[in-house]
Order: sequence, then structure tokens, then C-alpha cells
Amino acid sequence: MLLKLKNCCKFRWRVVSDNNLEYRYMLSIKNLHASVNGKEILRGINLEINPGEVHAIMGPNGSGKSTLSSVLAGNPAFTVTEGEVLFNGKDLLALSPEARSCEGLFLSFQYPVEIPGVSMVNFMRAAVNEHRKYNGLPPMSASDFLKMMREKKEVVELDNKLANRSVNEGFSGGEKKRNEIFQMAVLEPKLSILDETDSGLDIDALRIVASGVNKLKSKDNASIVITHYQRLLDYIVPDFVHVLYKGKIVKSAGKELALELEERGYDWIKKELGENF
Amino acid sequence: MKNNFVNDVTDSDYKYGFVTDVETEVIPKGLNEDIVRLISEKKGEPDWLLEYRLKAFKHWTTLEMPEWAHLSIPPINYQDIYYYAAPKTKESPKSLDEVDPELIKTFNKLGIPLEEQKSLAGVAVDAVMDSVSVKTTYKENLAELGIIFCSFNEAVKNYPDLVRQYLGSVVPYTDNFFAALNAAVFSDGSFVYIPKGVRCPMELSTYFRINAANTGQFERTLIVADDDSYVSYLEGCTAPMRDENQLHAAIVELVVLDRAEIKYSTVQNWYPGDKEGKGGIYNFVTKRAICKGDHSKVSWTQVETGSAITWKYPSCILLGDNSVGEFYSVAVTNNYQQADTGTKMIHLGKNTKSHIVSKGISAGYSQNSYRGLVRVAKKADGARNFSQCDSLLLGDKCGAHTFPYMDINNDSAVVEHEATTSKISEDQIFYCNQRGISTEDAIGLIVNGYAKEVINKLPMEFAVEAQKLLQISLEGSVG
Repeated sequence: MLLKLKNCCKFRWRVVSDNNLEYRYMLSIKNLHASVNGKEILRGINLEINPGEVHAIMGPNGSGKSTLSSVLAGNPAFTVTEGEVLFNGKDLLALSPEARSCEGLFLSFQYPVEIPGVSMVNFMRAAVNEHRKYNGLPPMSASDFLKMMREKKEVVELDNKLANRSVNEGFSGGEKKRNEIFQMAVLEPKLSILDETDSGLDIDALRIVASGVNKLKSKDNASIVITHYQRLLDYIVPDFVHVLYKGKIVKSAGKELALELEERGYDWIKKELGENF
Repeated sequence: MKNNFVNDVTDSDYKYGFVTDVETEVIPKGLNEDIVRLISEKKGEPDWLLEYRLKAFKHWTTLEMPEWAHLSIPPINYQDIYYYAAPKTKESPKSLDEVDPELIKTFNKLGIPLEEQKSLAGVAVDAVMDSVSVKTTYKENLAELGIIFCSFNEAVKNYPDLVRQYLGSVVPYTDNFFAALNAAVFSDGSFVYIPKGVRCPMELSTYFRINAANTGQFERTLIVADDDSYVSYLEGCTAPMRDENQLHAAIVELVVLDRAEIKYSTVQNWYPGDKEGKGGIYNFVTKRAICKGDHSKVSWTQVETGSAITWKYPSCILLGDNSVGEFYSVAVTNNYQQADTGTKMIHLGKNTKSHIVSKGISAGYSQNSYRGLVRVAKKADGARNFSQCDSLLLGDKCGAHTFPYMDINNDSAVVEHEATTSKISEDQIFYCNQRGISTEDAIGLIVNGYAKEVINKLPMEFAVEAQKLLQISLEGSVG
């Protein structure tokens, strides 16, 4: 009952259609549909996120969690068929992936790719300077940049050696995830989407990554944490938990929902929704 | 009789200047013995050189164009080409305003200074007083050390013995079809001699010899490094020299004596043709070095991004004991470009070493082949070779091919070959995009990372421009 009530409170926001009010959301997703290879994966997502909030998105395999993060980041493999996404008042879907990044959207990849031959230093320097260019700032000097790299590495206890190696090449699973959070620290996004950042992490790496994310948290930025397990949410405490199922958000509540899901699985939600959902 | 005709032709050239129809009327297209004589006459060459040209021409008439390369070459009508005073369809531009704005755009992207742009675009050079004095200063400095650095024609006049001793000693005119053609009709080129024990204090570059620009399609370069000497030579320029000529058949010969070293770097960016594969240069070049002396060393570094068709195999004959040959290559093909390039390492001396690093990058509908030969002769005890041939594909309509040949006749040889083929994946591009890096810049980053090992072998200033060039060459190849 309590859950239901919270739901209502949350959902009340969406009813408001005053445009000025909508601008107060950092992110507002309306009726988002998306498909890959002609198959519809997202079937009408609605979600609002305010600065300072942490939203967890959970759900069984194949429910569309990673698709949602890919679509928000602008992965060309996915086609948006319907809906609207506003990010700080801008039409996010009209922006190129790189412009979305420069606007402050960051995706921590579930499977970060290796880019042989491109050193982390060169890669991040290119990224930082593109962001600065987008915001009308001159490129950062080499010494300032290296100083910043040193500072940010501490956030995730990243080895000096890793920064000099090629992007993700030969990194262990844990190192790759730490590297993602390191990049997040450098780029200081407004909205970060952590796509199963906990997968493949042992408990120590998980703690380091989570503490990195927490250090970067502020009242001005927000996060979407996509995860299968409650475990990560012990470290990164969400303000809201959403259940994604068959391409729709079917339940939203506070952090205690995650605990309930951990205990009872997803079957009870599926049952609630009925066979024909 | 013949000589009078030649003189008439030469004079009329001066009388009427470069008016197109006059020029094409008096200097006919095509190749025959008279044309060869005319070229030699016009340059005031000694008899031995004319003899050499004529022998080469005779031999050429017995040869067929080679067809073994993985290239599809449209038929070339060798009688439809000007072999001397290539037709100048336009007068040189008077200022940069008259130069193709596309060319200027590329110059600016490459960050080439204005004065340099002018000379590259062939702008009339009364404004380039500075360069002239710069050039003279260099020449004086080099002369003090006994270094000879001049055009091939000057060398024939001033140092005939040296030229005669080494001309054709590495690439004889009998070597191949294009070598024979070049030997018969070569127009000009560069000559370098580094005396015993001298380390050339600066990178020698064709750029400083402005007067030798536009030497035409049949250049000839000869570099001799005497005992214990060293020279680093840069060929070509990083800007896209526009050229009306379709066919380029150059020869480069390097002679390295005891304990000497030559480092030869090329950045080739001739016109590659348009997006549909129309036009563009055919680049058929024979480059070869001989490590004659013990402990001598040759290092070829090439970045090939231009030309519609490239056919070139800078090679090393490792004759001296303990001599070393190196080949570092990046070949980029985009749109409908074709490249068949690689090297030959011929191990003859004892304990000779060779190292091959070839990085092919193919995009669009292009075809990119590595072709290499490692030969170890019977007496070449202790020979070592390491070859690495990597191919990088952008898109799925291009091709990358590797043809490594090995011919090992000595049991003590150690020969290694490694090859990889990789593709720039959409995931890699998207990953870069997500961090704010555009697709073009992402390709630039990845390609330069891939080619780093070779780019790092280039002299500093060259390396920076080569990096930008790689990116420019691949613009529009994805997405």
C-alpha cells in the first residue's frame, strides 16, 4: 500500500503540463519507444529526473534497461520510433551523441570497448577539449590537463600505469569499470548513466567504484543506476527505484523496493501485471 | 640535321613562351629515340649519359608493363604522354588568390605557413626572397662540410664521375618496365653525396630546392653515403601538390658504404582522384638501397596517402656483413584508390638484419595490398628478419591483402612474420562519440594510434603533418 502511495506522489509530476514547470526537470522522458532491427524494445517509457537525485532502474533480463541507456546516449544502432526526451530543456533526441556528451550526459558502459594504440591521456585530452570547445572555452594547456588527470585518478584509485596505457586495452573487468568512473570524474557530467557498473566486479572493486560515484555526487548532478542486483544499491543509495519490464516502467518507489525485489524476485510483479501485459 | 631541329625547337620555346598550342605543336607527344636524344640534348648532357638513356630506351621497347600486382590499371598509352617540358596548361598563379580555394583549405588544415603555401602552389616567386636566402645559407653550410646536395642535372655537370659511378648501380635500367622508362626519359631529380665521416647536420629535403620543383613525372634521386657518414632525407611534401600528370615513374637509388646510415622518409600525397575514382596519379616508383659496406644501415619510412594507384617497394640489398635494413610504412587508401606496396629485403652478407613494419589502412571501395619479399642467400649466415603486417579496415566495401614471400636458403636464418587484420568497430566510434569526440576525430585518433609506430619514425615536423594528413585522407570515409 505504501508503495502504491509513493507511486502516486511521483507520478503526480507528470500530470502537470505547464511547459515552464517541465524545464525544472533535468531529464524528462515522455512515451519513449525505441526498436533495434525492427524489434520494439522500449514501449513507452516515462521518467523525470531532478538535479541531486539518484534513480535506480532494475528489471529482469531483456526488459530494455541497457537499451534505455543506449537510446539516451544516442547509439545509432537503436531507432527511436516515438516519444520525446528533454534534457535541461533541450530536445535530446535531436542532438548528436557527441553533443549529448558535451551537454553533460555521460554513459558508463556495461562493456567498455578497447581502443588499441590510443592512450588514455590522448583520449581524455581529446574529450576534454571537445567539451571545452562546445562551451566556448580554449583548449586546456598540457600541464593543467595532466594535473587534472592526477587529481581525478585518486577518485577511483586508478593506477598511474593505466592512464598511460591504451584505452581499456588489456584492462581487467574491474579496471575497465574504474576507468569509466575516472572518465566520469574528468568530464563532470550533469547526468550520468551507470549501465550495470557492478557486473563483473568483486566486492573490493565494487566498493571503490561506488565510493567514486558517491564522491562525485552533488546537488547539481543526477544519476541513473542500472543494475540487476540490490548489492550496488547498498553503496549507491537511490532516491527512487524503478522496475523496467517489457519496455515499460511498471513500478516506481523508494529505495526499499530494491530490497523487496532482492527478496521476492520479479515474478510477483509479472503476476500483478497479468499474462497479457 | 637532327641537331638543328632540336635547336629550332628549343629556340621556339623561348620565343613563344608557354603558349599551349605552340608548345604542343613543336614538342610532340610520344616516345621514340629522337625524343630521348632531344631530352639529353636540351640538358646538354655528356655522351655517356645519352648512351645510357638510349640503351634504356631500347630495352624498354622490349618490355611489357608488369601485371602481377594486385591492381587494376587502365591501359596507358605511352605514346600519348609528353616526355619533356610537360605541358603547362596554365601560367603560374600570380598570388594565392588565383589558387584553387580547396587547395588553400587543405593547406590551412595542415597548418602550412603562408610563404610555404605559395611555393607549394607554384605561385610566382618574387615574394619568396627570404626562401632564396635561406636556401643559400643551407647550401653554404653544407658545402663547408663537403656535402653535395643539388639537382640531378647540376650533378651531371659538376660531379660527372660520381654520378657515372653510381647511376643505375642499384636500380639498373634492366630492372623493370618503369625503371627502363625512367632511365630513358628522366627529367631531373636530386643528388646527394655525404663524404667520409660526415654527419649531415640537418634533414635534407626537396622542399629547400624550390628551383627543382615541377621536375615532372620522371624524377631520379641518387644518394651516396660514404664511409661513416649519416644523412636523413625527406622526400615529397605533406601538401597535396596538384599535378596535371597522370603517370609518375620515379627512381630512387641509395648507396651506403661502411658504417654509414641513410634514413629516407617519404610522405606521398599526390592527387588521389575524386570520390568516384576519376583522375588521380599513377605512382609507379622503384626505390632501392644497397648496404654495400659492413655495418651499414638503411631505413625507409613512408606514409602513403595519395595517388590513385601506387606501385612501390622500397627495398634493401644487405650486402655488407652486419648491415641493417628497415622498412616502416603506412599506406592509406580511400574511395577508389589502389595500393600495392611493400618491400624486399635481400640478405646477402653475414649477420644481416631486417625489420619490416607495414600498416595498411583501407576505406571506401579501395584495395590495399602489402607485398614483401624476404630472401636469405646461401652465404648469409645468421640473417634475421622480423616482419609485421597489419591491416585496418574502415567499412566493408574495401579490401586488404597481404602477400609475403620468403625465400630462405640458409639454415641459420631466423625469419618471423606476424600479421593482423582489424576493423574500426561502430562500438569504438560510439564510445568516442559518447565522450564528446566526433566521428571524424575518433577515426583520426584511432588511425593515428594504429600508425603510431611508423609515424614516430618520421622526423618531428613531418610527423605532426603526417598525423593530420592521415585524418584528412580518411575524411568522409565513415558515416
